[in-house]
Amino acid sequence: MIESNESPSPHGSVAANGTALGTVRICDFTGQLAGAGATKWLAAFGAEVIRIEDPVNQGTWDVLRNMVPFVDDRRGPDLGGGFNNHNVEKKGITLNLRTDRGKEILTEIVEKSDVVSENFAAGVLDRWGFGWEELRAIREDIIYVSNCGFGQVGPYGSYKTWGPIVQAMSGLTFTSGLPDTEPAGWGYSYMDHTGGMYMALAILFALIHKQRTGEGQWVDLSCTEAGLTLNGPAILDWTVNGRPMRRADQPEGNRNSSPPMAPHGIFACRGDDEWVSIACRSDADWEVLAGLIDEPWAREAKWKTLAGRIDQQDDLETRITSWTRGQDKFDLQRRVLAGGVPSAAVQKPPERIDNDPGTSEFGLWPEVEHTKMGRVRVDGLPVHFAKTDWKIERGGPCVGEHTDEILSDLLGYDADEIAKLHEEGVV
Amino acid sequence: MSALHGTRVVEISNERIAFAGKLLGDMGADVVLVEAPGGDSSRNYAPFVDDEPDPEKSLYWWHYNTSKRGIVLDLERETARDAFMKLIASADVLIESEAPGRLASLGLDYDELCQIKPDLIHVSMTPFGRENSRKDEPVTDLTILAGGGPVWSCGYDDHSIPPIRGGGNQGYQTGCHYAVLSALTAIFYHGATGEGQFIDVSMHASANITTEMSSYFHLVAGETVIRQTGRHAMPMMTMPVQIKCKDGRYATTGMPPRSPQGFGDLYDWLEELGLVEQLPEALFLDRARHRESIGFAEIGVDEEVTAIYSAAREAIGLICENLPVDEFFKGAQKLGIAVGSILSPEEAYEDPHFVERGFQVEVEHPELGHSIRYPGAPYKMPTSPWRISRRAPQLGEHAEEVLGELGFDAAARKEFS
Repeated sequence: MIESNESPSPHGSVAANGTALGTVRICDFTGQLAGAGATKWLAAFGAEVIRIEDPVNQGTWDVLRNMVPFVDDRRGPDLGGGFNNHNVEKKGITLNLRTDRGKEILTEIVEKSDVVSENFAAGVLDRWGFGWEELRAIREDIIYVSNCGFGQVGPYGSYKTWGPIVQAMSGLTFTSGLPDTEPAGWGYSYMDHTGGMYMALAILFALIHKQRTGEGQWVDLSCTEAGLTLNGPAILDWTVNGRPMRRADQPEGNRNSSPPMAPHGIFACRGDDEWVSIACRSDADWEVLAGLIDEPWAREAKWKTLAGRIDQQDDLETRITSWTRGQDKFDLQRRVLAGGVPSAAVQKPPERIDNDPGTSEFGLWPEVEHTKMGRVRVDGLPVHFAKTDWKIERGGPCVGEHTDEILSDLLGYDADEIAKLHEEGVV
Repeated sequence: MSALHGTRVVEISNERIAFAGKLLGDMGADVVLVEAPGGDSSRNYAPFVDDEPDPEKSLYWWHYNTSKRGIVLDLERETARDAFMKLIASADVLIESEAPGRLASLGLDYDELCQIKPDLIHVSMTPFGRENSRKDEPVTDLTILAGGGPVWSCGYDDHSIPPIRGGGNQGYQTGCHYAVLSALTAIFYHGATGEGQFIDVSMHASANITTEMSSYFHLVAGETVIRQTGRHAMPMMTMPVQIKCKDGRYATTGMPPRSPQGFGDLYDWLEELGLVEQLPEALFLDRARHRESIGFAEIGVDEEVTAIYSAAREAIGLICENLPVDEFFKGAQKLGIAVGSILSPEEAYEDPHFVERGFQVEVEHPELGHSIRYPGAPYKMPTSPWRISRRAPQLGEHAEEVLGELGFDAAARKEFS
């Protein structure tokens, strides 16, 4: 993909091959989604991302390597569907860091990299002898980004997390649900996705800073802290007005008070587990919806004002459900949208992936070529650049797939030396 | 020096894009926020200081518009459009979320703007992207998340309850994360080549690729996940993980101990709390500590391992029910068992861990004569620090400063707004 530069990207150099990040090389220890998601963005824009993995456990520190879903009956660390999804366009080398030779080779890779990225538990890289001070000694302008649940510093620094715990501790689980019962939370690791985005943001900020000043730095990222920034107005309501979110009628489920809208909810439709969302932003929106409902109750004066609709919201939602229940969700979406009122069917995966021009026209599900899995569709990126757009064509690396290539092309080892490293179990 | 020191960003005010401007401004960009006469509608969103509605006292506005300077330009007027062009000529990046076609109709779209600023980076974030056949559909945060996939995966085990949209404008915010990633990627490329470009961000697409297993179970295996209370949506229903603690608060569990000793530690904890008698299966935990290894993969294969994991589950649940959530959280974590306490936003904000990390920051509010505590940095970057450089702008607050620099005197400025 990217020509190996003998000298590592001096700032101000021209981007390689017309890609946005083609001059950037990343020595990447990340795994799962919270880390691998970050370097996926960078790799798709042309950065050379080299995953460093352990030959002894076949890279399965990243549990997604050997986890459902699989394309067929085959199993193994090269076949996990989630791993492939998050690691497209990256290269992979195995390196046994328990050996001195392995450490030497890692040192050589760091010398030629702009960024070292990892999302181990706090302190892991330090114990291997590659903490911040050591990395800096190898390369003075290195950018080191560590991403762990609670960050490297602070009372919970040694605590373990994964997405659902990050969401719980940052307020995001609490704010998803109905009042007076347990939280619904997030049915996926929202903060693994978003933590990965903040990690990518931090890497890009640091790369820009280095491009401008020549300086590297260590970024201490805590996914939970990043999550805490995602409920800002609620936190200001607490610091300014002393009003906690933990109070009656909170969280507000699918309703909306900022700005106030009613109806604003998700309503049952015809079929099994079929739903449509409708949001009336104004009295005018309500007039349109009332016209579509076309029943005497909907014409009643009490619903004409926002205050009236909010005051009897339970009743309003029950009545709207009695209207939606017998209808097709997409038909409702179409009719409500035609009146200029926001509405969207709650789409199931096959609907939004296979039958929605909103995603297909955008080219959102590129098919990659994976060395063992064959051709597989993956998540693309939700943006398009006019000049230097992303490219996702190659699947995630099999364990050690690019070991020889990196040793020879990047580090200049000859075939005999490489064979010896294999024999000695270094790679 | 902040990473974006010296970079000027023009933001056309819109509630959908506001968070992107904050993320850039808090990293040092000079963000000039252009509002229409009368101000952005989100100035009127609750909550307000002392609950008194006032466009200068919306906490929603305050949060999303830190580190920006504000001016008013009525882009429907030609004189204001000329001023906007001059502003763009002085800028590096434009971020906006105008309806597709609006800027073109004003003669202010990328094609016109790059006549006067050839290396402009223009990030347009719209509900479906500029060219999509769904581009004109009206949306809110709710409908973006409902149509885009996240809502399908969130809710309760009881499927007669509607799926739930997580709170806090996460549909808008996710789009903004991708808008900022785009802006930074383009800024880096500009730094290397001197070239700008147009970037089209879709909020619907952003939601769609932020659903973890929901997408890739379908893409890889043709399976559809279903929602479950407080845990991952999966193709089949799994065991509950959310447990009510003694103080009525909830914990999230689900991760077993990681080593034979870890299971033994769990037994000791049960004993310390006097709970062993309530759980006859606990003896499997006591036995587990003497094993050489114990692995996930053996569940369902090896009878004893299956019993050990099952006993661990029961033990964690029992301890959880018998302790206040904070004690349970810290006790389990000290044994290396990953669990979490479900905190409200203000509880998280006041938690000693984040306080010690310096997450609470003070922002000066000169108009109030005191400062306000805000949420702090999402990343700790010592060499190019995150910082809220100023509170959100009052309507037209920086007209003189910003437009004066561009050569417009007071009389001229009156023409714009």
